[in-house]
Amino acid sequence: MSPRLAPLKIEARREIPRGLLYATPLLAVALTVVAGFFIFLAMGYDPFLSLYHFFVSPLLSFYGWSELMVKAAPLILIGVGLAVGFRANVWNIGAEGQLTVGAITGGVVALAVWGEEPVWILPVMCLAGIGGGMAYAAIPAFLKTRFGVNEILTSLMLTYVATLFLSTLVYGPLKDPMGFNFPQSRMFGDAALLPLLLEGTRLHLGTGIAVAIAVAGWVMMTFTIVGFQVRVLGQAPQAARFAGFSSTRIVWFCLLLSGGLAGLAGTFEVAGPIGQLIPSISPGYGFTAIIVAFLGRLHPLGIILSGLLMALSYIGGETAQVEVGLPQAVTGVFQGLLLFFLLASDFLVRYRLRFRPTVAAAASSQPAE
Amino acid sequence: MIKNLSRRHFLAGSTAAAGALTLGGALGSRAAFAADPLKVGFVYVGPIGDFGWTHGHDLGRKAIEKEFGDKVKTTYVENVAEGPDAERVIRQLASSGNKLIFTTSFGFMNQTVKVAKQFPDVYFEHATGYQTAKNVSAYNARFYEGRAVIGTIAGHVTKTGKFGYIASFPIPEVVMGINAFILAARKVRPDAEIKVVWVNSWYDPGKEADATKALIDQGCDVITQHTDSPAPVQTAASRGAWSFGQASDMTSFAPEHHATAILDVWDNYYVSRARAVMDGTWQTSNVWHGMKEGMVQIAPYNERLPAAAVEAAEAVRKGIIDGSLHPFTGPIKDQSGAERIKDGETMDDGALLSMDWYVEGVSA
Amino acid sequence: MTPDAIALVLLTVISAATPLLFAALGELVVEKSGVLNLGVEGMMILGAVAAFAVAVTTGSGSLGVLAGAAAGTALAFVFGVLTLTLAANQVATGLALTIFGLGLSSLIGAGYVGIPVSPLAKLAVPGVSDLPLIGPLIFGHDALVYLSIAAVAAVAWFLKKSRAGMILRAVGESDISAHSIGYDVIAVRYRAVLFGGAMAGLGGAFLSLSYTPLWAEGMTAGRGWIALALVVFASWRPWRLLAGAYLFGGVTIAQLYTQGAGGLGIPSQVMSMLPYLATILVLTIIAAGPWKGRLNAPACLGKPFRPST
Repeated sequence: MSPRLAPLKIEARREIPRGLLYATPLLAVALTVVAGFFIFLAMGYDPFLSLYHFFVSPLLSFYGWSELMVKAAPLILIGVGLAVGFRANVWNIGAEGQLTVGAITGGVVALAVWGEEPVWILPVMCLAGIGGGMAYAAIPAFLKTRFGVNEILTSLMLTYVATLFLSTLVYGPLKDPMGFNFPQSRMFGDAALLPLLLEGTRLHLGTGIAVAIAVAGWVMMTFTIVGFQVRVLGQAPQAARFAGFSSTRIVWFCLLLSGGLAGLAGTFEVAGPIGQLIPSISPGYGFTAIIVAFLGRLHPLGIILSGLLMALSYIGGETAQVEVGLPQAVTGVFQGLLLFFLLASDFLVRYRLRFRPTVAAAASSQPAE
Repeated sequence: MIKNLSRRHFLAGSTAAAGALTLGGALGSRAAFAADPLKVGFVYVGPIGDFGWTHGHDLGRKAIEKEFGDKVKTTYVENVAEGPDAERVIRQLASSGNKLIFTTSFGFMNQTVKVAKQFPDVYFEHATGYQTAKNVSAYNARFYEGRAVIGTIAGHVTKTGKFGYIASFPIPEVVMGINAFILAARKVRPDAEIKVVWVNSWYDPGKEADATKALIDQGCDVITQHTDSPAPVQTAASRGAWSFGQASDMTSFAPEHHATAILDVWDNYYVSRARAVMDGTWQTSNVWHGMKEGMVQIAPYNERLPAAAVEAAEAVRKGIIDGSLHPFTGPIKDQSGAERIKDGETMDDGALLSMDWYVEGVSA
Repeated sequence: MTPDAIALVLLTVISAATPLLFAALGELVVEKSGVLNLGVEGMMILGAVAAFAVAVTTGSGSLGVLAGAAAGTALAFVFGVLTLTLAANQVATGLALTIFGLGLSSLIGAGYVGIPVSPLAKLAVPGVSDLPLIGPLIFGHDALVYLSIAAVAAVAWFLKKSRAGMILRAVGESDISAHSIGYDVIAVRYRAVLFGGAMAGLGGAFLSLSYTPLWAEGMTAGRGWIALALVVFASWRPWRLLAGAYLFGGVTIAQLYTQGAGGLGIPSQVMSMLPYLATILVLTIIAAGPWKGRLNAPACLGKPFRPST
């Protein structure tokens, strides 16, 4: 357990070699493939076919890629927002709730003008979605900055409240009057639906915007003062305080940003592939995006890649169920393994092994990155 | 992760089959090559291990396999979230050669219809919805008929005259079930009332158990449920209260107190639809089958039930099957005491399917 | 209400709170050592299925409970290897642990659906158990309920009074200084993480052997997440955790009773929100009160640590 006793010495790298940054995820995937091979074999499924459908067949068609983008878009959008907060040690665990509220506020705008087709409706819906997500994230921000209430608790608890609130609405005031008393709103009008980028796919404008926002996030974190402040606050809160950065302002900024993006993702879901309000908008995107943010090493461009990989692991799991009959439980285990290997492989990026006995061991604490 | 199983099932009002008959010749051509097994796909909203809703559909899938052996090949995808994921899964099943696809939750309706347009030579069967199309049929079961049978038993065995109902979400099917139960019970015990607790989940064994305890503590001595886990049955038994299984026979969880269960039996329907595709005789339909067709069945009665209760329950069951008894026959008053259905009239299917009001005796 | 009726209500609250208490108490110790494990739900459900499978197979509830704890510990060990030895990110690893645990549990549990198991034996003291109110309240439980409360006392004592507990807190507050004065930070954290896994496993075992003695996929239904929130609610203090678990369980049960009694005309969804809102509200009141400043999380929470030259 303790590296001091081992002849192998583990030390932090001062500089991270570029090549390794890209090689380790591939190594992790390779290890997962090997592990998966034996698991599938032991369970009596054709390992080659299973792996093929898990990793390859969803990528073989243009259509497959478009689906990957549709699934990855909300993960990327939310992940980028969360990553900014995580860098500054602001733990917004409730993006799922902010997504739900964004879906509600965006959806309410669409339903308010139902029957008309105003051209301005989409932008207004997006603004409402962002506003809704922000307002919902403002609750943990206020409680944190005013009373010091930990945002992990508030944001998580508010997620349940948001889901129940959505349920109250679709079982009540927003119920489709022609829907046989079923819990769903009317279908949105055409003007309130995101235009498709490509006919014959489900690739909607929102997926393009999600990627654009990720790139913009990268620009902000790299080139602007705010980005610098966030990074400093995360890495050295003491130093940040001395430098005069307001931690209150950073908490507000991080929560509003991640809440707003989650809210936008919610509006994109209802105005894109769903097209109405239903009792459950998201299959846990707000939580999955947390993994996506870290797998992407909290870097906006990395998050695009990790979002796509995560989406692939879901879609691949479905494909393997359809094509090979793999039970969902097995795909869950396999997905877990993939994540374990990916997370473990980070070790090689940040540390190196040297075969030399150690003399004395000092310590260093690595900031969460 | 935090899961919200919001399975919503439902069936349409007007059952007039929207049915342009599909041209058997052209569409059945693939099935004509007997060597090729018919591929049948299933989309489930929950896990097959839920011992409730999805479990029942999976038994239907197995019935197809048993009936046709190697002439069919079935595939299922479980735990599919309603919304965008469902559309992708349905499309994937269609494009990988499944010629008959069952989508077994109300929330899959719009997605099923959408994908069906893109795969005109694939047949779709959507459970509990109201939309049909050239290659989409809808099917559902008259669960309320079973509720009338168990309500009759409840009326006989109760001492306190109070029943507890563990409910999921206030969709018409659940509302209908609550009403059918108390209407039948009040024929036996006119002063009976039913207390409803909504757990806002289809599936949370712990919460269902807590709700059961809450109801029993408030004087209910018969428990029935419209949620999927056996927890209410088990919990009721531990407090000595009668209960009724949901979807599956749950006797093993309460051998002494499981009065009977309403069973969802999809086997016959699934087998007949698969056969229709093989024969080239599949056509659009919109069915709402009940005890007569065997889609709703009553599990064996508990031996501890008084003979009078079983006799009365059987009379109701047989009456519904031969058409002499309709559970929603007037006079029916609502909670406020106002008469909603006149003496001798029965509610039509359309009114039942969108029912959003409670009858007298319900406290919800 | 008669004493018996009150006792029944309280019994319901106790059984609703116990699984939360187990899982949260384990997580509290983990977090006190500076580690954030978001995989409670995964460890809990694996504990539930292992406990159930072993109890059904061997016919012994005690062996089942042990198996539940062992399964939770095993999964926690995976977490330990990844986050402590390999310094992987704790938040992401915890979430991955949940995905993995849910998948593995349904794989193991596939053969156990629809099978009953006899619930854990309840303590019965002749004569005393029949006393009104006190009898059922104090004597009507199975061993796990007593264990959960004893564990709170034990953890409280451990953290406050014992030397090992002080070291654990030191490791959580300042890993670098703890290391520099010679404590093995990683080893301390391993022990805490494994303890957390065992406790989550016990919480799962309570679910599948006592609360609702059955196995059904996903039966934890988010309780692992509530446990996480309760640790924060308790400001990392064991006795307040006990209060938090009973508050959450109490409000949950109260809203079910209110619905049964007629529901006050409020939509049931709004009633279901109450436990979550109550938790936020109570914590805010505590935070706004004179205890301010004692809400702080362990300083090293969530940060990886690697001794190096």
